[in-house]
Amino acid sequence: MELPTKTFRVTRADLVQYAGASGDFNPIHWSDRFATGVGLPGVIAHGMFTMALVGRAVSEWAGAPDAVVDYGVRFTRPVVVPDDDDGTEVEVTAKVKDTTEEGLTRLDIIATCRGEKVLSQARAVIRTPR
Amino acid sequence: MPLDQSFVGRTYPPTAPYQVGREKIREFATAIGAADLAYHDPEAARALGHPDVVAPPTFPIVLTMAASRQIIDDPAIGVDYSRVVHGDQRFAYTRPVVAGDELVCANTIEAISSRGGHDFLTTRTDVTTVAGEPVVAVWSKLVVRGEA
Repeated sequence: MELPTKTFRVTRADLVQYAGASGDFNPIHWSDRFATGVGLPGVIAHGMFTMALVGRAVSEWAGAPDAVVDYGVRFTRPVVVPDDDDGTEVEVTAKVKDTTEEGLTRLDIIATCRGEKVLSQARAVIRTPR
Repeated sequence: MPLDQSFVGRTYPPTAPYQVGREKIREFATAIGAADLAYHDPEAARALGHPDVVAPPTFPIVLTMAASRQIIDDPAIGVDYSRVVHGDQRFAYTRPVVAGDELVCANTIEAISSRGGHDFLTTRTDVTTVAGEPVVAVWSKLVVRGEA
């Protein structure tokens, strides 16, 4: 079963807010000068911000804020966030892999930005929605 | 120089307790746009059987990233943090984190490998209450990029 796609807009302001909330002030997430200086195309989102947005999608699919039992991802490509009002978008979809008798459901997740996968091996185990 | 694989299995003393605050959970949930009431309203969380507001699934990174400085700053290992990028991340929950928790982090170096001139350092952080009750196990794989 395929779950409905969720789209998240990501702007520079979101990255600043996430930096403050998470305590991750690495300048690659807010300074173009620093980001390009280390060879990035520009400011990129925190991998953990992308993971948090995908976690939101998973929790919303599960229909419960506390449904996630296990959640892991590999960061494969940066989410580049331009310095404009539109920012960029992360699209998230998932397939239900299986449901166990213990009441757990395993999801295989796909997250893309501009048509390219930004995560691989993205998997979650949730309590099966009732 | 590749990271020394003899550090696999190295453990670190538990960190000082971290008091999970209701406002910190709200702040984190707001920053990621997570609007579910149980992240914000203690009554909504209690209705789900929790003592106070629930933290979103990736919230423990707030504690574990700070705790991982123990490893990154360990001069014996010699990680060049300016070359570190985040490879993998995983959370395996015993129960959700809730406001009022007092949590400690115990770090272990679980794996070290080298491939293509890059080093890969996998850490496991066992997050427990001060009483020792397990809450969440957190794995991070850091990639230390080789000098081009």
